[in-house]
Amino acid sequence: MMSRNLILGGVLTGVFAAAALISFVWTPASVETMNIAARLQLPGAGHLLGTDHFGRDILSMLMVGARTSIAVALVAVGIGMGLGVPLGLTAAARSGGFLDEAIMRMNDLIFAFPSLVIAILITAVFGPSATNAIIAIGIFNIPVFARITRGAALSLWKREFIMAARVAGKGRARISAEHILPNIANLLIVQGTIQFSLGILAEAGLSYVGLGAQPPTPSWGRMLADAQTMVSLAPHVALIPGLTIVAMVLGLNLLGDGLRDALDPRLKVARA
Amino acid sequence: MLRFVVKRLLSLALSLIVASGVIFLVVEVAPGDPASFMLGINAQPETVAALRAELGLDQSRLARYLQWTGGMLTGDFGTSYTYRTPVAQMIADRLWVSLPLALYALALSTLIAFPAGILAAARRGRPADIGVMGATQLGVAIPNFWFAMMLVLIFAIQLRWFSAGGFPGWDAGFFAALKALTLPAIALALPQAAILARIMRSSLLDILGEDFIRTARAKGLTARQALWRHGVRNALIPVLTIIGLQFAFLLAGAIIIEQVFFLPGLGRLIFQSITQRDLIVVESVVMLLVFAVIMVNFLVDLAYAAVDPRLRLRA
Repeated sequence: MMSRNLILGGVLTGVFAAAALISFVWTPASVETMNIAARLQLPGAGHLLGTDHFGRDILSMLMVGARTSIAVALVAVGIGMGLGVPLGLTAAARSGGFLDEAIMRMNDLIFAFPSLVIAILITAVFGPSATNAIIAIGIFNIPVFARITRGAALSLWKREFIMAARVAGKGRARISAEHILPNIANLLIVQGTIQFSLGILAEAGLSYVGLGAQPPTPSWGRMLADAQTMVSLAPHVALIPGLTIVAMVLGLNLLGDGLRDALDPRLKVARA
Repeated sequence: MLRFVVKRLLSLALSLIVASGVIFLVVEVAPGDPASFMLGINAQPETVAALRAELGLDQSRLARYLQWTGGMLTGDFGTSYTYRTPVAQMIADRLWVSLPLALYALALSTLIAFPAGILAAARRGRPADIGVMGATQLGVAIPNFWFAMMLVLIFAIQLRWFSAGGFPGWDAGFFAALKALTLPAIALALPQAAILARIMRSSLLDILGEDFIRTARAKGLTARQALWRHGVRNALIPVLTIIGLQFAFLLAGAIIIEQVFFLPGLGRLIFQSITQRDLIVVESVVMLLVFAVIMVNFLVDLAYAAVDPRLRLRA
């Protein structure tokens, strides 16, 4: 049975993904053309969600901004998974050994750097850009995936079917890839959704303080930064992008919860 | 216990050494020479060289790393390239804003999360629980800087109860300063409160399923008495860990919120230093934040081991 969470989360996420994709071929208005005469218009017929202080169409900017947010968060999750999962698998396969210890200590170390601090450090050195935001958020994702992979894999290594595979002569790496990984895939998908939503929030925060995507690339965080001085004149300029971020993150979180229930019905009973 | 403490102390020292090494190296590879940046493009090579010598930039990397870390141990964080004042003094001034802000936010987050989490667990599956869980779902989805802007819009611009930003300083009086930190603290506390309430709820639910709660009920305690006497107390252990970790993240998270409210805290300092390429300041503030996280982790581990002897053996 599909849960309400799964449906609502899926629909919300789908809408944003679709908006981002459509923006490649069509937006209601150009996001680069300024029209000072039409600035700070309230939502209405001409501009569905109104215009900003340069007279740009807010809906169009949100659509293109979705592209930036999704791309940054998605690649950051990819980095976290791509490096974190193999590290976690290796640590579990070599449980208790030097490699395990080294990997986990390194994880603790990365954990000690809050993602924002990593971002600041990277930007201070290489300058602000979307790429550097991706790296910062991605680095922070590595220990998250490494830990969760190691934890889940460790409990699997004690199971009989793994023992059977060892008896059959398979090596640790092959067992990890062929037996462990498929069995923890659900868990990783759910965690991936959660990290994706955290990535969206982190990207918004970084571009708000000017450490993310640079002008003229529209991004949700910078729309809010621009809106800050206008907030008393035209609250909608700040309200709409903010609600957009909330809706996207909420959608992803609901999707994650829904997926967890759908992929592992046992958890549903335990958590309810 | 002693063995455990020594082991954790060694690992603490190692973490700090590696962390400082990483921070130093990352900042080292930064393109651009601080001395030429400070003097501008028209500077004479001799002037630049003299300034480099004055700032100690002509020494080897290892020497500078040792000087930096050794200095920090004695409270000397070096001299700002831009302001020519001791970095330690600059940080101390800003810490008087950032630290109270983080503590204020932590207190608020705990005050909101505890009752909410306990209520949700006690009324599991009923409207109060669903309401709290719905609110936490929303709480974790709201970007705190946007929430901050909305607070300014409502409470500063519309209602005029608070100022929209700035900080009068503690000299202006305790309550005036606290008032200026109130909206930022609320903005910072909200997402943390949502997370904490969820953890409080699930931790309490775990405990309420234990045999000793059933025994307490069988002894004749009402559900409420069992919840308060046996449930909440036991549920606090994992919750306290999270509170410890949240403090460090609140300190780092304050960086963005300070930007929204124009508060002269560590966040402002770090952004100013980045634009002015005052890397020694960036380096030291980052190290301080990382130090806070590592230290809190260490203390949480110790507290845990003091409470639960099994953990000492495992280490």
